[in-house]
Amino acid sequence: MRSFSTARILLVALGVVVVASFLPLWVTGYILGLLTLAYYFGVFAMAWDLLFGFAGEVNFGPTFLIGVGAYTAGILDNLYQPPIALCIAAGALAAVTAGVVLALPALRLRGPYFGLTTLVAVLILQNFIVVDAHLTGGEIGLTVPDVISISDGINYEIALWFMAMSGAILFWLSRSPVGLILQASGQDAVQAGALGFNVTKHKLAAFIISAFFSGLAGALLVFYLGSASVGTLVDITVSVQIIIAAVLGGRRTILGAVLGAVFLIAMSEALRPLGDLSNFVVFAMALVVVLLFPSGFFGLLTRTREQA
Amino acid sequence: MSTAARAHLEVAGLTKRFGGLVAVKGMSLAVGAGKILGLIGPNGSGKSTVMKLIMGIERPDAGSVRINGVEVAGWPSHRIARMGAGIVFQHSRPLHRQTVLENITLALLPDKLTQLLADPQTDKRARAIAERVGLSGVLDRRPATLPFADLRKIEIAKAIARDPQVLLIDEPFAGLTAKETAAFSELICELRDDGRAVLLVDHNVKSVARLVDRVIAMYVGERIAEGSADEVMRDETVRRVYLGGSLETAARPESSFRDATPFLAVDSVSVHYGKAQALDNVSIHIHAGEFVSVVGLNGAGKTTLFNTISGLLPYSGEIRREGSALRGHSAAAIARGGIVQCSEGRDLFVYMSVRENLDLGGQHLPAAERAAQIAWLFDLFPVLRDRQKQAAGTLSGGEQQMLTIARALMMKPKLLMLDEPTLGLAPVILEQISKALERLRQTTPITVLLAEQNVTFALPHADRVYVLEHARIVWEGEPAKFAAEMGTGYL
Repeated sequence: MRSFSTARILLVALGVVVVASFLPLWVTGYILGLLTLAYYFGVFAMAWDLLFGFAGEVNFGPTFLIGVGAYTAGILDNLYQPPIALCIAAGALAAVTAGVVLALPALRLRGPYFGLTTLVAVLILQNFIVVDAHLTGGEIGLTVPDVISISDGINYEIALWFMAMSGAILFWLSRSPVGLILQASGQDAVQAGALGFNVTKHKLAAFIISAFFSGLAGALLVFYLGSASVGTLVDITVSVQIIIAAVLGGRRTILGAVLGAVFLIAMSEALRPLGDLSNFVVFAMALVVVLLFPSGFFGLLTRTREQA
Repeated sequence: MSTAARAHLEVAGLTKRFGGLVAVKGMSLAVGAGKILGLIGPNGSGKSTVMKLIMGIERPDAGSVRINGVEVAGWPSHRIARMGAGIVFQHSRPLHRQTVLENITLALLPDKLTQLLADPQTDKRARAIAERVGLSGVLDRRPATLPFADLRKIEIAKAIARDPQVLLIDEPFAGLTAKETAAFSELICELRDDGRAVLLVDHNVKSVARLVDRVIAMYVGERIAEGSADEVMRDETVRRVYLGGSLETAARPESSFRDATPFLAVDSVSVHYGKAQALDNVSIHIHAGEFVSVVGLNGAGKTTLFNTISGLLPYSGEIRREGSALRGHSAAAIARGGIVQCSEGRDLFVYMSVRENLDLGGQHLPAAERAAQIAWLFDLFPVLRDRQKQAAGTLSGGEQQMLTIARALMMKPKLLMLDEPTLGLAPVILEQISKALERLRQTTPITVLLAEQNVTFALPHADRVYVLEHARIVWEGEPAKFAAEMGTGYL
């Protein structure tokens, strides 16, 4: 029953992606731009869900990993201008390295302390970026000389298929035997240990995978935007938005995180006329969804389908 | 060959301290292949800690744990598991979003990050194990939809899946019906016949007597007896720990309490936790000024009864205080009204000093009255006067218990409910608390409801005793008659 519904979910998801890939034929460049952003955001949220939903660790600082990836790629491009692909690879690698350095000591801590460590990591990164302005552009932001493409359509397709690939890999991982062990480690580390599983090893692996996709997406985003700034990539509010997107979409669903991200960006755009009030309305809606449908959008969708 | 030479599990000199409390003191035991050892002891005796130390869930402070001759003490638990040890936890902790089959499959997976595709062989084995423990019919169900006995089966299936040489089972029959217990016993015997070494941990000999080859009895962290089930049941020390010596009771007859309506009346109360029935049609009453003990083993429902009276749990039936129903009153209102519970967990503010904890308990009293009350309590528990400035968390277990009782008394309760005050305490401390309770009974008009599995402690003060067993009241009477009528059930 489970494998049947897994296959069905993947099939439906593929259908949605294929349909979405034809969007540039119909919608304006402005909307494509918003969706491009939403897709990268979706990858951030999916990577976060692997850690929270499966490994059971709340990473309050997803932007630490994203920021390290983005700024590494951007700074490298600024200094030496190697091929963009190399910059992006370096960004992903740096995020993984930073993730390991952070997670190794942090995973020894229990309960809320892991989360607090990740939160502090964001603040440290943020401070570093601001202080080391000659390298990072400081508060003004970092401008990179290269972009992947100036075509809205191409940028859109890159973001879409990158998201689809990331989603497929993360989703498949979450449903694999390793995903099962990860989930057991997250829910009851004592029992997972007694069953012979090295809980720290599995959680660290999850953190590395999460860091890889976060850093990769962060680096790609820099070469889409042509710039990187604390406000768009690193700030705690960005972290909170990623977390809200993942929870809205549905914890432990991976794919739901994309729905949450698209929803968040679409809503804040639709409510832009409200000015400062728009954030308030979006967050209030998020609160209502979390309170009424704790399993999120994705949980709602799959449940109705299973019943049908 | 001697048993010890081919023993699968050998434990020697195992010691564990938690702060000031020595939970396990120099424990030694050995279980051979194809044998079942029972490890029994009252609540807080350290038997579960022994199990956790063997499994590596807690790190021992000293001592040795050998599995098939390999020293594993201090290893992390996943490595001990790979050495051939498995544990069946008392509480079922399945993955709730996965099916029964997936829960069993989990236990069959190797500890590798490269295992990314499901192995059809694993699926086959998981199904075979499910068949063996009797879960074939519910493979595709989620754990939340299953009865309690099936959840226990999932736990044992997971343990079997790792094919352990040494199997530790915590309270194998807790919460099971007689029929389920029989089926479970049979399964445990089969596992023994496979040549595994099995350690059963339980409260009393009676529950495991039919299965075990030998029994070790523990009390406050130490071994007090070892032998066959019969020998341990006849052992003098064991009898004293479980039943007490010759009882000196000072019970006042119920007719001496003049109130026509009892201070508290619990009338046909039932409580459910999901599928498990925690209280089944329980009726008890307490007169004003009376000292009533509720005796029962761990899991009998004592704490549930107290929490229900305190207004913390939904129930069917009626609870009346001086004739008027308590239903609808919040837990806070019930406590303010003078029904105060001293919980088993002690719930002290560990970073606050003794004095601050007491002051907090007496918040609602005027300053002068509070001072007088504290002075009276320091007379009742002199040790607390000496420790006034010390942080509560640094007190010994016995002192913490005294502070908990003292703090509850700061609220000037009309009815004081004490939940297992003796949990994990050494006999000498018990005596101090016992004396304080006796003084309380003789010098104040306070009404006390005491829940205990330590009969020695519960009986001497009591005017009346109830016995709670598997969520039901099975006996009510004077403490003097307890040993004769109910005693054997508590060995």
